[in-house]
Amino acid sequence: MNFSELFKLSGLLGRFSPDGKCLASCVQHRLVVRDVSSLQIRQIYACLDQIQYIEWSSDSLFILCAMYKRGIVQVWSLEQPDWHCKIDEGSAGLVASCWSPDGRHILNTTEFHLRITVWSLCTKSVSYIKYPKACHQGVVFTKDGRYMAVAERRDCKDFISIFVCSNWQLLRHFDTETQDLFGIEWAPNGCVLAAWDSCLEYKLLLYSLDGRLLSSYRAYEWPLGIKSVAWSPSSQFLAIGSFDEKVRILNHVTWKKITEFEHPATISSKKTIVYKEVEKSPSIETERLSFPPTRELASSLFSTQSKYEISQVPVSLQYIKPVADRANPKVGVGMLAFSADNCFLATKNDNIPNTVWIWDIRKLKLLVVLEQLCTIQCFQWDPRQPRLALCTGNSRVYLWSPTGCMAVQVPGEGDFQIVSLSWNSSGDSMVLLSKENFCLCYLE
Amino acid sequence: MGDWKTITVPVLSSDSKNIIQYTSERKRSPTSMNSQVLRLPLPSSKNMHSFFSAFCTEENIEQSISYIDRELTTLGFPSIYAESKGKELNLISIINCMNELLTLQHKNLRAQEEVEMQHLKLGSDMDHLQNCYAKLKEQLELSKREIVGLQERDRQLQSKNRNLHQLLKNEKDEVQKLQNIISSRATQYNHDMKRKERDYNKLKERLRQLVMDKKDKKIAMEVLNYVGRADGKRGAWRTDKTEARNEEEMYKVLLSDYEQRQKQLLVENAELKKVLQQMKKEIISLLPPQKQKPKERSEDGLVLSDLEEDIGELNKENMWELSCETVREQLTNSIRKQWRMLKNHVEKLDNQVSRGHSEPWNEKDVISREDHELETEKLELEIQQCKEMIKTQQQLLQQQLTCDDDTTLLLQDCYLLEERERLQEEWRLFREQKKNFEKERRSFTEAAIRLGLERKAFEEDRGAWLKQQFLSMTADCKHSENVTTPSAFLRSKYLVQIISLHSSDQDNRLVKPTSQQRKPPSVLNGPVPAEPCETSQYITYNSVESEKAAGASMPNLWVESDDKEEIE
Repeated sequence: MNFSELFKLSGLLGRFSPDGKCLASCVQHRLVVRDVSSLQIRQIYACLDQIQYIEWSSDSLFILCAMYKRGIVQVWSLEQPDWHCKIDEGSAGLVASCWSPDGRHILNTTEFHLRITVWSLCTKSVSYIKYPKACHQGVVFTKDGRYMAVAERRDCKDFISIFVCSNWQLLRHFDTETQDLFGIEWAPNGCVLAAWDSCLEYKLLLYSLDGRLLSSYRAYEWPLGIKSVAWSPSSQFLAIGSFDEKVRILNHVTWKKITEFEHPATISSKKTIVYKEVEKSPSIETERLSFPPTRELASSLFSTQSKYEISQVPVSLQYIKPVADRANPKVGVGMLAFSADNCFLATKNDNIPNTVWIWDIRKLKLLVVLEQLCTIQCFQWDPRQPRLALCTGNSRVYLWSPTGCMAVQVPGEGDFQIVSLSWNSSGDSMVLLSKENFCLCYLE
Repeated sequence: MGDWKTITVPVLSSDSKNIIQYTSERKRSPTSMNSQVLRLPLPSSKNMHSFFSAFCTEENIEQSISYIDRELTTLGFPSIYAESKGKELNLISIINCMNELLTLQHKNLRAQEEVEMQHLKLGSDMDHLQNCYAKLKEQLELSKREIVGLQERDRQLQSKNRNLHQLLKNEKDEVQKLQNIISSRATQYNHDMKRKERDYNKLKERLRQLVMDKKDKKIAMEVLNYVGRADGKRGAWRTDKTEARNEEEMYKVLLSDYEQRQKQLLVENAELKKVLQQMKKEIISLLPPQKQKPKERSEDGLVLSDLEEDIGELNKENMWELSCETVREQLTNSIRKQWRMLKNHVEKLDNQVSRGHSEPWNEKDVISREDHELETEKLELEIQQCKEMIKTQQQLLQQQLTCDDDTTLLLQDCYLLEERERLQEEWRLFREQKKNFEKERRSFTEAAIRLGLERKAFEEDRGAWLKQQFLSMTADCKHSENVTTPSAFLRSKYLVQIISLHSSDQDNRLVKPTSQQRKPPSVLNGPVPAEPCETSQYITYNSVESEKAAGASMPNLWVESDDKEEIE
């Protein structure tokens, strides 16, 4: 495992290109594009304002930079550095911006979710989508990029519109039986759309591509409902994480629950492996101490090494009792991710924030529990292999695979608190992001 | 019983004087003595004399005797007097009476013993029963007190239970109330939310209108040049046709997805059906053959036969191609039935095992113990015999192996010598035979050579003789013409013979070198060469004599002679 040096970063904006060759990062108003293997700077673009959001186009030729305060989106080309494009929303304001799957249209969501404007880079045409819903995930594209589903709300009722991405024609428009639609998600096979209600009501609806309601699932009535939803890559399973600290798995044949995964604070099953991160106290040679201490020495004194140890079952995990009178309590399963080969599911229960739970989907059982010293910030599966990378806000990156797990310290001076990470699509490198810096980690 | 015997013995062994004394005493106070006897069952021997002397003394012998007689007669004994009147005592009857009295005494004592034993027993029983009674009374008291206590507790618990039930009911009511409150509040909030949302939408509409109306020139896209599409095609207009095409494509996508899923499900189904069939076969094979009690047959027999028919049918057809409901149901039902039968069978076996020896075994199924034991004995004997054989063999082997090295070597040498000598003998014989054969061969070859020479000489002689004959014949022929034809015949015949002789000479020459190889035949054919000469001589004589037969016989002649020459 090799680590690159630390580079400057702002706004946690470090993204790999979809083809895995380039890495785009932002420093204030500048966009820096580097080559992944050599980290040489290929291009630097200067935008008009501080960049709030960047996104690569699907063919890795263009990057859009959105500046919400100014309401401007600037698009840069990698092939032709001289090419420029600026979309100004003016008084309409800008809240969100994203590419269409063909890489030639940009969808801008104006302020107050008044409308979504579809700007085309090929033609002079502009399309508008009215009444978009201001929800967590309102615009979703199918994996093959053919269809787009938009959540809408008219007259206090929720609707879903399905558009054909090639010519932005409306295919289907239907209402949903939700109180307050919170999110929608396509299945990876592009034939089923899952829509779920806000946390006040546990309701998940499954619609076919042609707008028919296939099934609806409700686990219970009154307590807070769905927190997170994830499809398995083969579209076989739909995992629903809810506020009652459970994950329910639905199967694609009957759309009924096949199992429930619980996240108790005590693990008593003998077949689960519990890895606990423990700190190794650093050994300091007193003779070498000098005054004033050099930077390396200071950093090595204050950074502690850690490693994984296997804890004996039964293990009781650190449990945080949620505050009862606050909205959106830190309870329940907030993070869900399936591995790329469909065999594992990683979950995080927000009341037990230091732990990642890894479930074996083939056996529908809890396989591994990773107990960390700090709160889990982010985890992501390798897009090629069943390998999970996670970070907890310190300068270590943790990797788990079925063969074992390890904690790796990112070498470097200063403190590098990793808050987010992202894998390269080829699976052999990943970018570790902190508030000020980023670092590239090469695995093979 | 033994006690009073020992005590009465000194009584009997006492003097006759004492007897008289005793009798006199008895007369004086008979009733008191009787009672005394009853009260004091075992008087000591020392008291015996004084006791018994009190009744009869020397003065009142007559009265005591008469008294005793009277008493005895009243008791039913015969009189002790010799005659009805008179003073002579019948000793025999006295002794008999005494004996009778003694036995009576014994009986009475025995009875008394028994009665006293019973009395004791009854007394102890009575004590025991009294104790039991007392104990039971205590226990009864205790249990009564316990019952009272338990009843008290029961009452308390029941009241507690009632209280808890009440509490539970109250809680349930509260929960229900709270739920109602929640639902009412939720509907209220929803209503308020909707109202606020409508207001918000109005604001948004207003804002949208303002934004649209303003026609902000700023809302625009500046681009250096338009970029081509990713797939290189031009953008399409949105028309109805495109709409229809979109629909079509969408349905295609959906259909392909469903088809794929259906294929997967079919494959899975087929696999599962195969597995079920296998399982069914295995279950059927596990179960015992269905030929048991009639009651089973009556219940399941018809069903079984039907099932088996169905099974046969189903197995014949291709199960995985049929997917209709009835077939599926049949399969699952048949498997369930078989599984149940298997379960019953296993349970039966379990019961049998658990019951163990107490159950009488079914004679047919189980080998009787004796047979089993006999078999085991036989087998054990066999094993023993085999073991002994193995042991003896091992011993022999050991002997062979563990002999001294010298002896083994010697033995080996002995064997070798024996063999060698035998071989040498044989070689000698062989060599001798070989020599003999060589000799014989040489002699035979010499004989053959000689024979050849003789033959040659003979042939030459013959040839010469024939020539002479021929010459003489021709000389005669000139003289007599009548004999021309036969003589020409003869002449030709002689010519041919000569020619054949020549050729036979050549043959002989050819034959000679080869005669050495053929040893044994030469031995046999030794005398043979002589024959053809003789026969040919004979034949020639014949031919001379019988001219008419010559034509017929001549070919034969040639054949025979040829043959014979070839043999040589």
